[in-house]
Amino acid sequence: MADILVKIEHLTKVYTMGDVEVHALRGVDLDIKAGEFIAIMGASGSGKTTLMNLIGCLDKPTAGSYVLDGINVHDIPEQELAHLRNQKIGYVFQSFYLLPRTTAYENVELPLLYRTKLTHHERKELALKAMRNVSIEDRAHHFPNQLSGGQQQRVAIARAIVNEPVILLADEPTGNLDSRTSVEVMAVFQELHRRGITIILVTHENEISQYAQRIISFRDGRIRSDIVNPKPRSAAEDLMALPPLDEE
Amino acid sequence: MSITAIIRIALRSLLRNKTRTFLTMLGIIIGVAAVITMLAIGQGAKKIIDDQISSMGTNVLTISSNWGSNRSTARSEAGTGTLLKIEDVSAIREQVQGVRYASAVVRSWGQLKYGSQNWRTQVMGVDVDYFYIRDYQTEAGTIFNSNQVRSGMKVAVIGKTVATNLFGDEDPIDKVIRVRNVPVKVVGVLKSKGQNVMGNDQDDIIIAPYTMVLTRFMGDRRPMMMINVSAESKDMIPNVQQDIINLLQQRHRDATSEDFWVRSQTDIAETSESVSNTLTILLASIAGISLLVGGIGIMNIMLVSVTERIKEIGIRMAVGARKRDVLLQFIIEAISISLLGGIIGIVLGYIAANVVGHTQNWTVSVNGWSVVLAVGFSCAIGIFFGWYPAKKAANLNLIDALRYE
Ligand SMILES: Nc1ncnc2c1ncn2[C@@H]1O[C@H](COP(=O)(O)OP(=O)(O)O)[C@@H](O)[C@H]1O
Ligand SMILES: [Mg+2]
Repeated sequence: MADILVKIEHLTKVYTMGDVEVHALRGVDLDIKAGEFIAIMGASGSGKTTLMNLIGCLDKPTAGSYVLDGINVHDIPEQELAHLRNQKIGYVFQSFYLLPRTTAYENVELPLLYRTKLTHHERKELALKAMRNVSIEDRAHHFPNQLSGGQQQRVAIARAIVNEPVILLADEPTGNLDSRTSVEVMAVFQELHRRGITIILVTHENEISQYAQRIISFRDGRIRSDIVNPKPRSAAEDLMALPPLDEE
Repeated sequence: MSITAIIRIALRSLLRNKTRTFLTMLGIIIGVAAVITMLAIGQGAKKIIDDQISSMGTNVLTISSNWGSNRSTARSEAGTGTLLKIEDVSAIREQVQGVRYASAVVRSWGQLKYGSQNWRTQVMGVDVDYFYIRDYQTEAGTIFNSNQVRSGMKVAVIGKTVATNLFGDEDPIDKVIRVRNVPVKVVGVLKSKGQNVMGNDQDDIIIAPYTMVLTRFMGDRRPMMMINVSAESKDMIPNVQQDIINLLQQRHRDATSEDFWVRSQTDIAETSESVSNTLTILLASIAGISLLVGGIGIMNIMLVSVTERIKEIGIRMAVGARKRDVLLQFIIEAISISLLGGIIGIVLGYIAANVVGHTQNWTVSVNGWSVVLAVGFSCAIGIFFGWYPAKKAANLNLIDALRYE
């Protein structure tokens, strides 16, 4: 099916630390169609991050197969994996992972520098567009330490979407944020999804998962349940219902 | 990914931490400045020696009797004088190929008098060629001519020191002075040559026709005569040297080759050149060691910087940097540091060399190749000492790097 963006079969991941083997994933089967908005839930240590890292091509599985956008990720060398990470995948981390002492703009521009044949002008255009999409363009010349958590996460999201990836992965993106800022960030994700980006988002908060269309639960490295959310909440509406803040 | 983009990335991260960048650079700056200064000083010393040697004249050969040999000792005891004869001079000039000038040289000492002024100096008796051999120029008047030599006229050219001491501010030309009570007319004053390699004042001299010196000052005693010759070119010196020995042996059937000394100026030049080369090499190796220490400093700080930036490297890889990109970034950082440090070092070294030159009154010369050497060397140091840390950075595992705290 042309619509299948991610096809995962019998995926396992075993970490070996000395004599100890940790079975982080014990055989996961998962199909994700283009345009979905998925939340992955589960207790700490259930293997959510491990799965995200595999989908994001940051790590290689122990066994099983993974096809991303028609490409069998097993067969390709490290060089092309880097290319995949750059072109097809956007990754948002829990603790933002922005480069320190580097402006918001330069952080967003970073993936573009690893892409050939872009002029300075084209890079600027793309980076500013991504920043506008998450409403952070007015902070372009701020350093990460001059930004609030929510603003830093917006910069990180802008960096993730700057190369127009086919899939946006977010591992507990609201984990370090207060509840109001979390809803704000979820509104950003929902807006990006509305514009057509496929999103997989890990969270252990039930309220956050309610913003997704499909909710997958993990336990001990296996999928326990995979349900369709019949009525996703709207973060934008929730935000309006919240009491207004005095600060900007 | 293009190289210009990596260069941009590398320069950005250098600018992001200016203090660290500067401290890393410091070792290279000092090392390169030291190399430039030391080489310039070495070159300066060499130039001084070269200048002094060339002030002796070009391609000069000196022929004298070997005083150490038995035969000449016997001769001088018998009062027959040296082996060399005035006739040998014209024989050498006419028969040896590659000889441009040849002159007899007799030396004596004498008291000079002009008015109330007295001065004791070296009296040289020479032919006109001598002035060309030793490259003497006059600053006033002229040298004497070959007619005056032939007829043994009482004329002389005096050195600057003699002129000052006898005449003060007065013009010496055409004045008559007394040399050992013999009236001699001054026809010229030599341009100053300063001190020679041995530190003797080359301007403390009076030069007169050898004919006059022989008859007026040497009396009946057979003179201690030398012959100065200049070869047409440097390459011809060995041949000329050999031919002169052969000719003299032919002309003096009772002499052996040991009875003559034929010394060339290149012999002297080579000795002092090797001394100044040794000096330059010594100075350069001291400077080279400090450059090496600077390089190790780069490696040290680059290694620390890789550890400090493990997370950054993880982030870069997560957004699509290949191993190669990371490797290149760190190498370019190292090269930029050492290259920029090298350039600053060259400027500082240039200033230092000139300060030294100024205070020591030396002409220090910072030459092109020492600059090229310094730049090339600092680039090489950047690559050499940047490679290991860069390799370390590039081989980091992505997940481990991202999780690193
Ligand atoms: N790099 C690693 N090395 C060893 N064990 C790991 C590593 N990453 C994760 N694990 C282990 O794998 C299991 C799953 O971890 P993770 O995927 O991070 O879970 P979650 O994100 O759901 O909290 C845990 O037991 C964790 O300790
Ligand atoms: Mg996790």
